[in-house]
Amino acid sequence: MATAILADKHPLDDLIRAHRMPNIWCPGCGIGIVMRCFAKAVLESGLPADDHVVVSGIGCSGRVAGYMNLDSYHTTHGRPIPFATGLKLANPRLMVTVFSGDGDLAAIGGNHLIHAARRNVDIKVVCINNFNYGMTGGQFGPTTPRGARSTTSPYGNPELPFNLPYLLAAAGASFVSRWTTIHVRQIQEDILYTYKKPGFTFMEVLSPCPVGFGKSNNINEGVDEMELYRQRCVIDPSVGLADLEIDLREERPIYVGRLVDRDLPPYRPVTLVETE
Amino acid sequence: MTGRKVLTGQHFMHGDHACAEGALAAGCRFFAGYPITPSTEVAERLALRMPQLGGVFIQMEDELASMAAILGASAAGARSMTATSGPGFSLMMENIGLGVMLELPCVVVNIQRGSPSTGLPTAPGQSDVMQARWGSHGDYGIVAYTPWSPQEIFDLTVHCFNVADRYRVPVLLMSDEVVGHMVERVVIPAEEAIPKWDRKQPDGKSNGSFKPFQALDPDLVPPIVHAGDGYRIHYTSLTHDENGFPDLSPENHHRLVTRLVQKIQVNADKLILTEDYYLEDAKIVVISFGSTARSARRAVAEARREGIPAGFLRLISLWPFPEKLVQQLAKDADAFVMAEMNLGQMVHEVKRHVHQPVKGVFHAGGAMMPPEPILDAIREVASGGNGHTRG
Repeated sequence: MATAILADKHPLDDLIRAHRMPNIWCPGCGIGIVMRCFAKAVLESGLPADDHVVVSGIGCSGRVAGYMNLDSYHTTHGRPIPFATGLKLANPRLMVTVFSGDGDLAAIGGNHLIHAARRNVDIKVVCINNFNYGMTGGQFGPTTPRGARSTTSPYGNPELPFNLPYLLAAAGASFVSRWTTIHVRQIQEDILYTYKKPGFTFMEVLSPCPVGFGKSNNINEGVDEMELYRQRCVIDPSVGLADLEIDLREERPIYVGRLVDRDLPPYRPVTLVETE
Repeated sequence: MTGRKVLTGQHFMHGDHACAEGALAAGCRFFAGYPITPSTEVAERLALRMPQLGGVFIQMEDELASMAAILGASAAGARSMTATSGPGFSLMMENIGLGVMLELPCVVVNIQRGSPSTGLPTAPGQSDVMQARWGSHGDYGIVAYTPWSPQEIFDLTVHCFNVADRYRVPVLLMSDEVVGHMVERVVIPAEEAIPKWDRKQPDGKSNGSFKPFQALDPDLVPPIVHAGDGYRIHYTSLTHDENGFPDLSPENHHRLVTRLVQKIQVNADKLILTEDYYLEDAKIVVISFGSTARSARRAVAEARREGIPAGFLRLISLWPFPEKLVQQLAKDADAFVMAEMNLGQMVHEVKRHVHQPVKGVFHAGGAMMPPEPILDAIREVASGGNGHTRG
């Protein structure tokens, strides 16, 4: 005979600020999915939650800092990476995750992104890529496909987008992966993996933004974009980084997976003092 | 060069180096910066010295990153600093606002050069003093000091760290190229004689009632907690409530911003620093600051020799401005003379607080102002000349 299991506590209760719910994200948004993966990874990291810090910039993804029950810093637009760099170097015991969006990290913060990767500072970056500026109402950004419509590209985006894994690999990141919001296990596993990998790590997670990006580009609901990921995502190690461009509007594969995993010396401040 | 934390003793020292040594003596163990003349020697000295003391020296990709990095380090509990000059100071304005909003202590050094834009990279100016007060968007309070000698750069750098920690605010050290590149005697005291004010910490941990942005004391400064302290605190650049979470209501916004402004106002008497010469019976009050003050004091001494009842007020704190003192001086003075290496910035503060004519002695910068134009201005107002800039 089946017995009812009564639970008065969820394992993630301690890591989510329930009093901040409901969140500000739109129906169909994928950020919450990635935040849950992040929370699970923190839980399973073996590190006390008090030793985890999340730093974010400005935008929809930047709001993750306010919802995670960790020491959390919601900084200025584009600047979470240098803020996190200072924080990590001042207290290397802390595990510092930067959680922010493609516009924040790759446009206004693009210079910091490539230089932190080059330096190989020991911070873990999770970049939600929803192909547009969502918080401000759906403008094109550094990852918007050429020709895609947005409120500031009503005739189609005239610019070529960044291929973020290619950029980060060239800039020197120790680890680069790309997943989508249907890959919840892989996201969680990769965040956990990066916690054990010293140096600058970068994860791109493609995420639906039905209100900002989808509506203008014939992807109606969040679930439609998820279905599109399910149909088209391919793991193919033979594909070169230069060929990882994404255009959701075209019938071609979206390459995902662990793309870079290499051992490079992580950044350490120069010291003449014997430590440990 | 040794690995000593405090280089106690007498030195013939470069102003920028004295700034770096002041930071180390104050316990600064995190410096992030970007090379820019005439402040680069601060970074160079710290690149040499930080590794000797186990501190962090990091050269960032720009001044936006430098400013963000020192705030991150401060959030983790470190005493942190950056140093720059005009163009870099402009880039730092964004995250100086973040430091004000998150109430994160830090020290920002500006060795001023001739501006605007790229201006005069290797020559002095004092034209960033209003930017120091108002440069980041929005209403806020800020603290800025201005040294007139390498000795005072050392002393004020230590003081800047103490003020930043005590009042949870970015503190600006507004030097100029003349003082930054000047080599003079600097006496560094014994380590135990270096004043150290601590950050105010909460007394009870996790008692359920702790609100990280609630200021219960009359000084309006909330206690600070750092990353890793176990409070799981939220800091946001958005308008936030006393718990630290976003609250964008007009009432809460007004409450928060008013406190950030009043935090400096209610503590102004403790923050203001000035020095005066021959002011007791002065009828002509000369006001100046930084390297220009060296010439102004000379001009006042010359005027006294000529029998002119001139006195001199040196601003050591630019912000907050010593308005009560200036109002007091206005009771007995016949006229004011303001000398500054810009085309008239702090003079507006003087004019706001006095009813007398204020004669400005201005130069856009590029070389240290000599005493002569200041002495000429003193003679002119002493003879009843109507050269004032009022109106």
